[in-house]
Amino acid sequence: MNSQKLVRMANQIATFFAHEGAEKAPLSVADHLQKFWEPRMRAQLLAAVANGEAEGLHPLARAAVVALEPVEH
Amino acid sequence: MNAMLDRDFGTPPSTSETTVAVEIDGLRIEVPTGTSVMRAAAEAGISIPKLCATDTLEAFGSCRLCLVEIDGRAGTPASCTTPVAEGMRIHTQTSKLKSLRRGVMELYISDHPLDCLTCSANGDCELQDMAGAVGLREVRYGFDGANHLSAPKDESNPYFTFDASKCIVCSRCVRACDEVQGTLALTVAGRGFESKIAASADESFLDSECVSCGACVKACPTATLTEKTVIEIGQPERTVLTTCAYCGVGCSFKAQVRGTEVVRMVPHDDGKANRGHSCVKGRFAWGYATHPDRVLTPLVRERIDQPWREASWDEAVGRIASEFRRIQQQYGKDSVGAVTSSRCTNEETFLVQKMVRAVFGNNNVDTCARVCHSPTGYGLKQTFGTSAGTQDFDSVMQADVIVVIGANPTDGHPVFASRMKRRLRQGAKLIVIDPRRIDLVRTPHIEASQHLQLRPGTNVAIINALAHVIVTEGLVNEAFVRERCDLPEFSTWAQFVAEARNSPEATESITGVPAATVRAAARLYATGGNGAIYYGLGVTEHSQGTTMVMGIANLAMATGNIGRPGVGVNPLRGQNNVQGSCDMGSFPHEFAGYRHVSDEATRELFEDIWGVPLASEPGLRIPNMFDAALDGSFKGLFIQGEDFAQSDPDTQHVVAGLSAMECVVVHDLFLNETAKYAHVFLPGASFLEKDGTFTNAERRISRVRKVMPPRAGLADWQAVMAVCQALGYPMQYAHPSQIMDEIARTTPSFTGVSYAKLDELGSIQWPCNDKAPTGTPVMHSAGFVRGKGRFIVTEYVPTEERSTSRFPLLLTTGRILSQYNVGTQTRRTANSQWHAQDLLEIHPHDAEQRGIRDGDRVRVASRTGATELQAEITDRVAPGVVYTTFHHPDTHINVVTTDFSDWATNCPEYKVTAVQVLPSNGTAAARS
Repeated sequence: MNSQKLVRMANQIATFFAHEGAEKAPLSVADHLQKFWEPRMRAQLLAAVANGEAEGLHPLARAAVVALEPVEH
Repeated sequence: MNAMLDRDFGTPPSTSETTVAVEIDGLRIEVPTGTSVMRAAAEAGISIPKLCATDTLEAFGSCRLCLVEIDGRAGTPASCTTPVAEGMRIHTQTSKLKSLRRGVMELYISDHPLDCLTCSANGDCELQDMAGAVGLREVRYGFDGANHLSAPKDESNPYFTFDASKCIVCSRCVRACDEVQGTLALTVAGRGFESKIAASADESFLDSECVSCGACVKACPTATLTEKTVIEIGQPERTVLTTCAYCGVGCSFKAQVRGTEVVRMVPHDDGKANRGHSCVKGRFAWGYATHPDRVLTPLVRERIDQPWREASWDEAVGRIASEFRRIQQQYGKDSVGAVTSSRCTNEETFLVQKMVRAVFGNNNVDTCARVCHSPTGYGLKQTFGTSAGTQDFDSVMQADVIVVIGANPTDGHPVFASRMKRRLRQGAKLIVIDPRRIDLVRTPHIEASQHLQLRPGTNVAIINALAHVIVTEGLVNEAFVRERCDLPEFSTWAQFVAEARNSPEATESITGVPAATVRAAARLYATGGNGAIYYGLGVTEHSQGTTMVMGIANLAMATGNIGRPGVGVNPLRGQNNVQGSCDMGSFPHEFAGYRHVSDEATRELFEDIWGVPLASEPGLRIPNMFDAALDGSFKGLFIQGEDFAQSDPDTQHVVAGLSAMECVVVHDLFLNETAKYAHVFLPGASFLEKDGTFTNAERRISRVRKVMPPRAGLADWQAVMAVCQALGYPMQYAHPSQIMDEIARTTPSFTGVSYAKLDELGSIQWPCNDKAPTGTPVMHSAGFVRGKGRFIVTEYVPTEERSTSRFPLLLTTGRILSQYNVGTQTRRTANSQWHAQDLLEIHPHDAEQRGIRDGDRVRVASRTGATELQAEITDRVAPGVVYTTFHHPDTHINVVTTDFSDWATNCPEYKVTAVQVLPSNGTAAARS
């Protein structure tokens, strides 16, 4: 999956949880990604962030990525 | 004329809780107050002769055959229109009555063809029966007088004939159309001897407003209205009770059969979902099961550019097993998956997901609910605690305010729509929230109090505006909220919706709906009595589909419209078993019963029974499967009863994904569009060819019973078992009932379900367990499943798919009555006579601007692709909005739709695509 699409999807999730505030929202986003994104999608998002290919990623999603558990895949 | 139907008591039952005692022919009987003498007699086992009466219609009192004598009363009243009274002594068979009835029958028969031996209703004719019942032996008037014997026959309808020469003008057909269907297409034209049944303004049935639901045919006591299959085949010899395989209403039908040939499908009067009614699809459009296009032999090929080669089941199944194992060895365990079908049974979907989890060893299973109601599952689980609608269909008859959002029940769920219309005719109020003026907005004897004709993509802005009014005008049901809901969550939500930016005035420019209309609708819903919300894919198929479902749930909780008959949040599920396929663990993140795969206790439960370790990470969703295929990490897909290449958005992406796989298996009735990209084709079995269960939109589990043997040799559950066996995981089910037993052992909401109980009760609404041994018609009655109801903030976020100067119109899609989804079944029936092609509805203003005339071919182009359609100019759609259906593959409408999807579930945003529409220059579907 291209990173642009993953960023868009992650941003949608982050936007939904934004009302929860900077402290709680990243955890909710991370929880959603953990529960509903298949590991290779999470791994690709992590890689995109690590490689600087996640341009435009919502700050809350970026914070969520940090909170994600490592992907064993 | 349905002798094989349930016993007919003549008039509907009374719902009174008080009773009266009467004596009929010396028998004492106690019946509810308001019961007719005819029904009371029938309940005492006494059949009073009748022709115009039937217990599915209100008493009419026209045939004069059901006369009785009552002590102390003058004359011979009609028993159908005479209610019982305490102490009444009734006589149904006296010399006076016998003489009167015989005289009446003489008049009827004097103007009726005497062709009983060759009549299609021979053996199933109430007129014939009544002639026998009254002892008619002669017709003193002869047969040479004025009569209707040469009246023309109307054979225009593809499914039934209207033979006016056999009509006794009892009005049962007219009343069935009025009372049961609610279309009011039929009438009695003329007076006296000239009286005749007329469709619309004396048009042919096909050209009239008749919707071919079959209610008139079922009600007809003679051969006047007869199924053409009965005329062609003859009377059926046995009945199999089963469940329709079309929409999520899940109508119960009597399949009436001769040998293994279906003669007709008759709606079952005791069916709790349909209460004896049907639509044109379930009643008549079942011929696809024996259509010559059916593929009855497995097919294989090495590459998708090769022709198919017929194969044995063993070879085809062996090919699947060897290819899937090869792919997993080469690309990893997670490189294969499967898709379950919402058209297959619960047992079959359970087996397919079991195959993925236990045999493939991953969670890459998804279902077509992904592209329709997955936001319902997520949204209602978060707010109420259960991924399902809250009510039974009967509930609508106690609703005072009905809100229809993003649904078109008269086309998509017609049998339920008829009940809804009946309630509306009784006086319930209606609010419609839809970009298009659906039929319900104004139909005979019904007019919506408010039609919120919003711009596509602005649902959440509307629901927030409605909530704003309820909160700021003090219309919240505070007692309900305080007792049943999480108060801090409510408080946060109430503050959010109360913000001025969510007011109807502030959102008017976004939604296009006048603020006054929104305010009136909110006040009506909150204060009009029982408020019931019914919604469809116009809610879910948006980038904010899940948010909107939550918004609906918020609204219902805030007004206390949850937890009793007449209220609730009711998703109108699209396919016959979309609820069931979700219940059965078809989603990649959860097992049967909506338990997440990361839940250790649930995994251990299944691991113990299935004997293998199970994966704890969520699998790929359908759109993700195509993405992963293009990445090269997903190579094998088993697809049961689903046609991605036609039904899923952004066709180019779907086709590219399918083409990138190394083994695609299609298990279907027909070589559908997706089969073009398949390597193995397994012939499926129609609902007539197997046993199982479907679960409808009201969580009702109903039996599907085998009417004929599987035409290709194996039912779908047997085919999946064979694949699992070939993959080294033997399954030992001898009958689908054993699969249901396993479901019951593993799924808390199904603990009490068994085939024996289904046979006993007819159908069961889950949850069915120790707490609710006969099922649960209304959810959340004593408290929400999750404990306290959860209000969730639903911020409106405009879709990224926006109209621009290049693509200035918004395309939205929907369904039509006569066709079903991608038309695989209905296009192979005479239903295509009503809808031979998909049309593009465009507003006169937009059409004029573009020089488009009604009937012109037009090119519809989006950022994704382009296709061609025929234009239909109509003000059903607002300026700036165009609309089409997607029933025909040559429409290629999903070439145009985008890959935008719901934030939570990836449900595609079918309902909003920015397009330009211009007169066609003749180019075919293509990339723009």
